[in-house]
Amino acid sequence: MSIEIPRDKWPGAVRTVTLGATAEQGGTRAKVVSIGGEQTLPFLQFEKETPHRPVIALEMTASRPGDWSQVLQDAWGDVLDDPARWAQTCEASGADLILLRFGLNDADGKPVTPDFAVHTVQTVLQATGLPLVVLGPGQADIDNEILVPTADATQGERLVLGRCEDSNYRTIVAAAMANDHLVLGRTPMDVNLAKQLNILMTDMGLPLERIIMDPTTGALGYGIEYGYSVMERLRLAALQGDAMTQLPLMVDPGFEAWKTKESKVGEGVPDAWGDWAERGVHWETLTAVTLIEAGADVVVLRHPDSLTRVKESIDELMTAESV
Amino acid sequence: MALSGIQIYKMLPQTNCKECGFPTCLAFSMKLAAKQVELDDCPYVTEESKQKLAQSAAPPIRLVTLKAKDHEVAVGNEVVLFRHEKKFFNRPGVLIRVLDTDEHEAITKKVEAANAYSVDYVGLELKLDGFAVQASSGDATTFAAAIETVRKASGLPLILVSDDPALIEAGLRALDGEKPLILGANAANWEAMAALAKRAETALGVAAGSLEALAELTQKIQGEGVEDLVLHPTARAMGTSLALQTQIRRLALKNFRPLGYPTIAFAGDGGNPAKEAVLAAHAVCKYAGLVVLDTFSPELVYPILVLRENIFTDPQKPIQVLPAVYEINNPKPSDPVLVTTNFSITYFSVANEVEGSGLPAWLVVADAEGMSVLTAWAAGKFDAERIAKAVKQFGVDAKVDKKVIVLPGHVAVLSGELEEELPGWEIKVGPREAVDLPAYMKSVLI
Repeated sequence: MSIEIPRDKWPGAVRTVTLGATAEQGGTRAKVVSIGGEQTLPFLQFEKETPHRPVIALEMTASRPGDWSQVLQDAWGDVLDDPARWAQTCEASGADLILLRFGLNDADGKPVTPDFAVHTVQTVLQATGLPLVVLGPGQADIDNEILVPTADATQGERLVLGRCEDSNYRTIVAAAMANDHLVLGRTPMDVNLAKQLNILMTDMGLPLERIIMDPTTGALGYGIEYGYSVMERLRLAALQGDAMTQLPLMVDPGFEAWKTKESKVGEGVPDAWGDWAERGVHWETLTAVTLIEAGADVVVLRHPDSLTRVKESIDELMTAESV
Repeated sequence: MALSGIQIYKMLPQTNCKECGFPTCLAFSMKLAAKQVELDDCPYVTEESKQKLAQSAAPPIRLVTLKAKDHEVAVGNEVVLFRHEKKFFNRPGVLIRVLDTDEHEAITKKVEAANAYSVDYVGLELKLDGFAVQASSGDATTFAAAIETVRKASGLPLILVSDDPALIEAGLRALDGEKPLILGANAANWEAMAALAKRAETALGVAAGSLEALAELTQKIQGEGVEDLVLHPTARAMGTSLALQTQIRRLALKNFRPLGYPTIAFAGDGGNPAKEAVLAAHAVCKYAGLVVLDTFSPELVYPILVLRENIFTDPQKPIQVLPAVYEINNPKPSDPVLVTTNFSITYFSVANEVEGSGLPAWLVVADAEGMSVLTAWAAGKFDAERIAKAVKQFGVDAKVDKKVIVLPGHVAVLSGELEEELPGWEIKVGPREAVDLPAYMKSVLI
């Protein structure tokens, strides 16, 4: 029997976005990472080849994270106190990107300063050849205060700066435009809000090739289905030709999964939850793989074992044997 | 493919006899197309039309049920590719595989533990659905003995796994009239397997590596009178299985009947629990009707059952709890008032933390249309006005004498407005995440 396989032919495609710049390109990265470019739904290679595999960013913080699960602290050990070694360990673990997150305070418990931020970013850039994503603490005034000098001090590196939100994007976008960086725009689980922020940012003159979207997701058990469906709908809209959705998607399963009780807490929980450390890694891994199935181009992870597992899954998803 | 009202009308008597309760045959056809009435309401429809209409009304993916004495699991009946288009209807069955070559003591231990497994998730009790028993020994007596051992430890539905019809026959005899899934038929054994499935009235799994081979087999088997089939696309890599599962779902939704059946995936083939968890998640998201694990461990099963619950939640109906004031740990009038939304995941995260802390509190659940704190706030469904309305509506004023109300940290921005809406109350800003509530309550509220 011969079967005619239904193949979707989409008019639109996701834009390709390149993170990082080598010395030739005006930066200092050993390699650059390109994401996006999809012309089909995730991994449907019988329709079109997947041009760039989804990549994994490992998250590190500028100073020892006070609120990370003990499971994560045990996994990383004393590199948590040393941004340079932490970044090197991330690279050695197989990360494609490094995401550096600033909290409100530095290692001594004092409020973060622009100098501290610039110094830490430069330390990480010197320690690793991977492209870098830099996130402020998520408080508009402080984000702007540290991201602007960071952008100036690293001109040409094509960092990803974030996160831009509808209430605070102008300063970050201007700093990125002036210094050849990219931005990460975040909107709360809604297709139209995601489009609207992209319109606002491109209205300032920022090219679409310099934007990555974070549509926000929930962890497994904590609203992942909302993030999952919003991502599927964004990707469908992009393929149907809606220009303001044709951007790669970056989500944060590491952050989301490790703040859940399942991952964070080891005592006083039901026996039916099983082994704590393994449960935490499953929680992060399954959150990430599920979101990759929905179209994620970048997943940010925290545990090195999750990275190994998610990477192997991406290898397999990229494999298309003929049948 | 579902027929339109006009297409149905052409198959009706067109006499406008009104005995169906509608003024015209056309009106009745429209109701039929919308699935609001039954064809049986028409006393004069011909047998031929009945058959045609029944065929067109059949779901694109057949509902297949595995039955044990007191339990059953039904899979299939899906109608969309993406959950946001409507919803996914039947949660895939998650079963645990045992081999008949395993020690019987080990089988009993594993099956008893998996059978008893139950975990609470936002007030729902999540459980496993059954067991697959595989005839690795190649020996009928050994296989039957293993099935009996499983049956003694659990009453849940079974899958019998063997390519050898003689072994399956022995397995069926050990089950005394139950309707397990037989797995199954392939290009070499399909005639004998179809005969067994027909006689025992069980569902039959069909294995092949390509769509063409699967479709050819299902047609032949259907020709033998076996209707309840399960497809087993034997792909290894996730990319290949994604392609096959997507193609099967797409073809089935286009009413390509030879592939209009639920599918089965063996996540245990991953070889280790880490891989197994990923393969199971992949199968749950991308269209499997039955997912078989080799490992039973709570830390593996719990996230998979939660993922299944999440993906199969109706996107139009978030799971909600009733807006009200909930009393946690027997609060007194001097205890604090906490506020959150009526999204079930939000409510249970908060309620569980407060309960776990042992500290008494009044938990006001405002009607935020079933959204979480941040989402509801962004959508304008969780603002000072709504919170104040809930506090007034539930008579919280009369329940407490210390008027302290704690807002979720994510909506700290509402505290000023809430002060205006609730004069006489002290507004405090709590932590952003529920998991940090006990520490906050101990340090700030006492």
